[in-house]
Amino acid sequence: MLKDSLTEILYIMMGIVSFYSAYATLKEKNHPSKIPTALFWGLLGIILQFSRIGLLWGNKNIYIPDIYTGYMVIVLTLLSAFRLVKIGKFDESTSEFKEQMSQKIGNLIFVPALALGIVTFIVAQIWTKQLGSLVAFWISTVVAAILALVITKGKVKEMADDGRRLLEVVGPISILPQLLAALGAVFTVAGVGEVIASGIKTIIPQGNILLGVIAYCVGMALFTMIMGNAFAAFAVITAGIGIPFVIAQGGNPVIVAALGMTAGYCGTLMTPMAANFNIVPTAILEMEDKKYGVIKYQVPVAIAMLIIHIILMYFWAF
Amino acid sequence: MIKLIGILIIIVGFVLKLDTLAVVLIAGIVTGLVAGVPFHKIVEILGKAFVDNRYMSIFIISLPVIGILERYGLRERAAYVIGKIKAATVGKVTSLYLALRTLAAMFGLRLGGHVQFIRPLILPMAEGAAMNRYGEIKSEDHERIKGLEAAVENYGNFFGQNAFVAAGGVLLIVGVLKELNYTVEALDIAKASIPIALIIMVVGTLQFFYYDRKFDQKYGIRTRSKKENR
Repeated sequence: MLKDSLTEILYIMMGIVSFYSAYATLKEKNHPSKIPTALFWGLLGIILQFSRIGLLWGNKNIYIPDIYTGYMVIVLTLLSAFRLVKIGKFDESTSEFKEQMSQKIGNLIFVPALALGIVTFIVAQIWTKQLGSLVAFWISTVVAAILALVITKGKVKEMADDGRRLLEVVGPISILPQLLAALGAVFTVAGVGEVIASGIKTIIPQGNILLGVIAYCVGMALFTMIMGNAFAAFAVITAGIGIPFVIAQGGNPVIVAALGMTAGYCGTLMTPMAANFNIVPTAILEMEDKKYGVIKYQVPVAIAMLIIHIILMYFWAF
Repeated sequence: MIKLIGILIIIVGFVLKLDTLAVVLIAGIVTGLVAGVPFHKIVEILGKAFVDNRYMSIFIISLPVIGILERYGLRERAAYVIGKIKAATVGKVTSLYLALRTLAAMFGLRLGGHVQFIRPLILPMAEGAAMNRYGEIKSEDHERIKGLEAAVENYGNFFGQNAFVAAGGVLLIVGVLKELNYTVEALDIAKASIPIALIIMVVGTLQFFYYDRKFDQKYGIRTRSKKENR
């Protein structure tokens, strides 16, 4: 009850950041795509902030029905697909100013940045049962924001503008994790995991823990290579292989799932599908081999890490 | 088998470099339709999953804080502090960055990046160390160093991040397991991710030191005289 109300504050804060982008976009003169961009951030703000707003004061009956949210998500996706969401103009500080301030403020500037992580960690350690980790995160953000304003002597308006700048640099892709989670939900309802699991069941004998662990770790890596994204692979492979072949045989769900995800990251290191990690850097560093310049150094480490994952899961989770 | 069409759509969409969001949405809708779920029901599932997983965009609330710190020179200061540490070899510079990058990721700090850190700072430091130690090096070895410096960013980022309770991966694990009827706390997932964060520091360091030895053997002379002077 209290936990739900406090968690809802997190979504209200997220909504405010998104709404500010919509507002600043509308106020901007000569924005290259004003209305669609403001619509994107405005709709996202509505979903984030109001979809379960009644929980704030404990009334479950005040909410946006999921079907309306679903259509709003489709609109968000279309705005992104037609490249209608554009980055606005920002008054980012000059590099001379940054250099000068970094000398003046010195190492104190690390305090708010470290507070983000450390306060979350401390609050989560003490009150996880009562509050959950999400509440700890917004508490630490408020603490860090106050520290940042005090230490930099910056203005709240600057903070809002900088939040907008970073949000728009990330852009529409910021909703990809939720969309992939939604894909996972559809896959679950459609029974995709069962199809894959039944395919694998014909290959792996039930009741062999080691083979189950190998199938899960290698499956995560391979599926991640295909999808270019371990997040997308995780729901499918965990439902299809991780649960029936590892956890159902007595594996600790926490350890199995945590290692399953990072086993997927081994796949990320080996695939050109993960373009932002493996392809874009070849351009940034002006390398000759634009396709496998980075991947070829990552493959031996990825394979070593994958083997370590299998060994660790086999001995630690059982 | 036809239910796997969503996976096929994702593969084709990614290979053709179509808009990622659109590809994922279409894959979801088509999969639902071939499985016999009515369209309005699919939209409802979509909306519910999106709302239930709003916490995955939790990073949004920290953007204003990080943004204002960047405005007042956070990155420049970090560069200054790291730059003060003088290390002699490619392997040492890269391993040190691996340790810092992994630790930063473990605390949920976004201090890193190929653009912000590797190109302007770590790569010049590593190349400078190589020149100090070996004199001129061949262009193929410049490429090797670039490959290693691009890789180190990914190692630290990937395997360190899940030790942070609010990391996207951790929250996704909690969400997926919840859908599958296993309740776990984010903090426990983060703790279970610590060993891998420590292991990547060792495995990565082994790779970087292997290349140190390889370069030493290739360009040997200046190294040996330096060792004797110690």
